[in-house]
Amino acid sequence: MTELTSLTIAEAREKLKAKEITSVELTESYLKAIDAANEVFNAYIAVTPEKAIEMAKASDARRASGTVGALEGIPLGIKDLFGTRDVHTQACSHILDGFKPKYESTVTQNLWDDGAVMLGKLNMDEFAMGSSNETSHYGAVINPWKANGSNQQLVPGGSSGGSAAAVAAHLCAGATATDTGGSIRQPAAFTGTVGIKPTYGRCSRWGVVAFASSLDQAGPIARDVRDAAIMLKSMASVDAKDTTSVDLPVPDYEASLGQSLKGMKIGIPKEYRVDGMPEEIEKLWQQGIAWLKDTGAEIVDITLPHTKYALPAYYIVAPAEASSNLARYDGVRYGLRIDGKDIVDMYEKTRAAGFGTEVKRRIMIGTYVLSAGYYDAYYLQAQKVRTLIKRDFEIVFDAGVDAILTPATPSSAFGVADENLAADPVAMYLNDIFTVTVNMAGLPGIAVPAGLDKKGLPLGLQLIGKPFEEETLFRTAHVIEQAAGKFTPAKWW
Amino acid sequence: MSVDLATVKRVARLARIAVTEEDANRMVGELNGIINFVEQLNEVDVSGVEPMTSVTPMDMRKRKDTVNDGNKAAEIVANAPNTDRDFFLVPKVVE
Repeated sequence: MTELTSLTIAEAREKLKAKEITSVELTESYLKAIDAANEVFNAYIAVTPEKAIEMAKASDARRASGTVGALEGIPLGIKDLFGTRDVHTQACSHILDGFKPKYESTVTQNLWDDGAVMLGKLNMDEFAMGSSNETSHYGAVINPWKANGSNQQLVPGGSSGGSAAAVAAHLCAGATATDTGGSIRQPAAFTGTVGIKPTYGRCSRWGVVAFASSLDQAGPIARDVRDAAIMLKSMASVDAKDTTSVDLPVPDYEASLGQSLKGMKIGIPKEYRVDGMPEEIEKLWQQGIAWLKDTGAEIVDITLPHTKYALPAYYIVAPAEASSNLARYDGVRYGLRIDGKDIVDMYEKTRAAGFGTEVKRRIMIGTYVLSAGYYDAYYLQAQKVRTLIKRDFEIVFDAGVDAILTPATPSSAFGVADENLAADPVAMYLNDIFTVTVNMAGLPGIAVPAGLDKKGLPLGLQLIGKPFEEETLFRTAHVIEQAAGKFTPAKWW
Repeated sequence: MSVDLATVKRVARLARIAVTEEDANRMVGELNGIINFVEQLNEVDVSGVEPMTSVTPMDMRKRKDTVNDGNKAAEIVANAPNTDRDFFLVPKVVE
């Protein structure tokens, strides 16, 4: 018998439906796998076995009584950024020590309402600020992938590194994640998994720890395109508690899989060819173009002239919003408190001890660009550039382009504790060069594995779509997946 | 533009983050690296361009201004480091 943990969500759904397996059996298999391997990966920072079994039993009981949700009995991992009632929720920061919210985020509530089972909370970069999962208070996550013939530990990407590693190592059937500048798509590309950042407003942000509110979106990381489609359908909703959530019906994303690409126009932006990009990534991109062409899509060259300004504009807008959002961590209402000689001293000591280096750096940048005398030069300028970045996409879409194909990342996974990246924050920021434009324009983007590099590490392609046209992305990504195949790391753990 | 040690200390004060002399000195270099990187935005001609305030053009949904939640003081203070009878306790701020 194959291991239950090797089943995709769609496969497990069939076996549960046919009563070949129960949710309790499936959940126990995952808990056993986590028990055996989490020490190696550090993907989960809190495992909730009792809750998982209790939820799985309730799911089996519902199934026996004939009530079956879209994710009935499916065990999932949850990024630590999502508020989960009475369960560890710290955005992997020291400053939220001991925090267990008395509420449930809308996205996770939607999953439980559809019958899913929670296995635990997943590691991430502190407050989702990072591209390697190394800024977590709980330590780095190890990528299940290793280069051929090498024993070097690689990062799973970030900030949703725990989510991506847990999905790739089969420590959950699927995982929630969030994406502010690439935090779903970059780790998905580094681990051979599928990750989609939906259009801004598609998933409610309520109950999710805020980083940069105009950019943050939740989405799934899953083993294949179908599983990602199944999960997003459950995660997305309009929510009275988030006024930026959009009141549009959530389509049956799974139904878009297998539809023909005939008549579709795919744009190839010349600005995504950057200096120093490995030749293999260029080759992979050309391969992706050929696959889409073979299935009937029309390929057109396009230009998105403000692409190179997206990352610098992001490093003004995101820290500015973060410095405001993170002002709430003051040692009064939750989390860590370090006593001081007066209240200001208490605030300053608490925040100095509670925030890690990268978080402090971004709060400082954000505070600086919003401070008197600098607001117009930095923040206002960045917001204007953001308008231009969005306009680039609008012009292309108005000209009839249905989706845009780009590489997902400028490299494959790199080593843990890379000295060059540690010495230069900007070098680490460049990881998001292909993904960040999508957040700046509020568009949907999906990363889908498309091949392995010569070291044997996964590489991904990204598809960018029109607002609320996630169906086009699933349909196109599915074509790439069919052509490229799926990628699973050789088990060494 | 570039930041000096005094600016770093002033910004840290505004952000309510205690910094040691060593932290502040390190941050001067790091923050200048980031500021140099973002300064390329000055090349962009933004004349006549409106700053973006929302990625999706939409009217903010509003709800009726009515009480729809409450009476859960114990839940609200449940995670606080220091409380007394449903109040958050802080060091004395008024003499």
